[in-house]
Amino acid sequence: MKDFFFYTDQMTVGYNGKPLIREIKIELNRGEILTLIGPNGAGKSTILKSITRQLKLIGGSACLDLRDMQQMSGKEIARRLAVVLTERMKPELMTCEDVVSTGRYPYTGNLGILGPEDKEKVRQAMELVHALDLKDRDFTAISDGQKQRILLARAICQEPEMIVLDEPTSFLDVKHKLEFLTILKKMVRESKAAVIMSLHELDLAQKISDQVMCVKGKWIQKCGSPEEIFTSDYICKLYDMTAGSYNAAFGCMELPAPLGEPEVFIIAGGGTGIPVYRKLQREGIPFATGILHKNDVDYEAAIHLATQIIAEEAFEPIRPETYQRALERMRRCREVICCLKEFGTWNEANERLWEEARKEK
Amino acid sequence: MKREKHASGRYWISFLALFLLLCILFVWSINSGSVAMSLPDIIKIIFRREGEATAYNIIWQIRLPRVLAAVILGGALSVSGFLLQTFFHNPIAGPFVLGISSGAKLVVALTMICFLSRGITVSAMMMVLAAFFGSMISMGFVLVVSRKVRRMSMLVICGVMISYICSAITDFVVTFADDSNIVNLHNWSMGSFSGMTWSNVLVMTVIVFISVITVFFMSKPIGAYQLGEVYAQNLGVNIKAFRAALILLSSILSACVTAFAGPVSFVGIAVPHLVKNVLKTSKPILVIPACFLGGAVFCLFCDLIARTLFAPTELSISSVTALFGAPVVILIMIRRQKER
Repeated sequence: MKDFFFYTDQMTVGYNGKPLIREIKIELNRGEILTLIGPNGAGKSTILKSITRQLKLIGGSACLDLRDMQQMSGKEIARRLAVVLTERMKPELMTCEDVVSTGRYPYTGNLGILGPEDKEKVRQAMELVHALDLKDRDFTAISDGQKQRILLARAICQEPEMIVLDEPTSFLDVKHKLEFLTILKKMVRESKAAVIMSLHELDLAQKISDQVMCVKGKWIQKCGSPEEIFTSDYICKLYDMTAGSYNAAFGCMELPAPLGEPEVFIIAGGGTGIPVYRKLQREGIPFATGILHKNDVDYEAAIHLATQIIAEEAFEPIRPETYQRALERMRRCREVICCLKEFGTWNEANERLWEEARKEK
Repeated sequence: MKREKHASGRYWISFLALFLLLCILFVWSINSGSVAMSLPDIIKIIFRREGEATAYNIIWQIRLPRVLAAVILGGALSVSGFLLQTFFHNPIAGPFVLGISSGAKLVVALTMICFLSRGITVSAMMMVLAAFFGSMISMGFVLVVSRKVRRMSMLVICGVMISYICSAITDFVVTFADDSNIVNLHNWSMGSFSGMTWSNVLVMTVIVFISVITVFFMSKPIGAYQLGEVYAQNLGVNIKAFRAALILLSSILSACVTAFAGPVSFVGIAVPHLVKNVLKTSKPILVIPACFLGGAVFCLFCDLIARTLFAPTELSISSVTALFGAPVVILIMIRRQKER
């Protein structure tokens, strides 16, 4: 019945025998990526450490390939499971190739001398992460992005069936975050390894994961596909956000909307409003916007940024009542900005609104 | 591929150079002293075991055991230092600065006074055991401290303090001991390779040989451990057993040195550092044998200076090793600071 490659059953984790998170259930197939998200200190690392056997399980079990991991020898684990950690290390006088080579440890003899096959595996792993040119560089002298790639290569040449990564993108800039995750995804597709990792970047977690697990409190809050998890309400709840909100449509965080009576009215639509909304929000000026159809991209942004929205149902012509509401709202604002240059047939109400505004000036 | 050849060339040359240096210093050491001898004489005495009686005795009873002791103990000290640096992930860890040598010194002094005052002679093996016991006590302290402090400089400062405490107690004990051996004890507690007997050399050879071979066969887990504990554990290293083995081996090696030659400073830090920089790698499989050779060369050289510079007065070996070793430590500290 249980044909998952990696699964945990009633797994309870914690430090020094004190349970932190109880009854964790993970079910993961080969070639799938599971991402743990949640606030700092919620226990993401604790779960990962328990899976890699750095911490003893307090209850339940974790099974890899239908076998209880606690019964496996250190050597067997080494051939099946690899880790990539955030902890910054400073190995002395080791070239990148030396660092990657340590991944071959479970396969070499008593003195750890690399054979031709091992050397080839090391080369392939470095090629996969586009780091062949770093081969002879001193590990401590390369950038953080390069270091993470080297550590991934190290994990790859360990030929694992599962890789555990603890916040692998934390110290990287945007370019290197994307690059790292692209390589990871490619590697997972090719090697069919199962991946469990923790990420801080919700937008990236949403895009790369097959499953997302939300860690907070004593039990796992929620586990499911990215589509199930990344809704505005749920993310706000997960992170106890009191200021700002999560914009599910854009997959990004928004700062809180300025409070107070709207001072500016913005006529917008089709994405033209977003830059103006953001500028006003930065300057802390409360504003109202309209008339937006509910399927307009401006509408998605306005939900999080505007104090008031005058909206019309999607795919409907603008009704006179809506126009009236907008007009009243606009008259109470001290300024009107029109972002639209052209008005379509279904949008002629906005054109009238703008003419009205100009007349009153 | 090109670099690989380049690197292995460097390894060969380094090892060859160390070995040559060792040979030259070995011959030079035997050759120098208050009684001058010609090379052919020495060769005759050593290999054909014939020659004039005084010269024969000087070579066989005094110089040869001393020179061999310097080689073996020097190697042991530097390997012990390398193990401690690996264990603490700290480039300035060593048996002397962490107070392990001083702990051994204290217990050895106590044992000697205790036994000698009752007229019991202390065998070489007993000395080593006493020194090992003392090393483990200091090591225990250092381990407790290392759990509390994360900064490498703090660890070393604590080690130096432990070392002062132990030395102070040793001085008390030596002052109040009324024995004709006190002069001997005093000399020993300053560190010296003089007065080695063949039985001493035999005991230290066996202990050091077994320990260093064991260390060499641990080079694979040591290599994995250099990346950090978690990675090592993930690679299948049994961390608890491995850490215990590192502690035991480094203590045995430094205890052996202290038992026979007293505390010898800075060799444990300076030599591994120099060796790594010459080889331009920290791969244990190369560094361990090179450390042994390097330590032997370093101690032979320092001993040569200690006994010839102001002959017939002999300097303590620690003052000479400190002269050459301490600047290296300062250099490491400055370099570390720059990296931040």
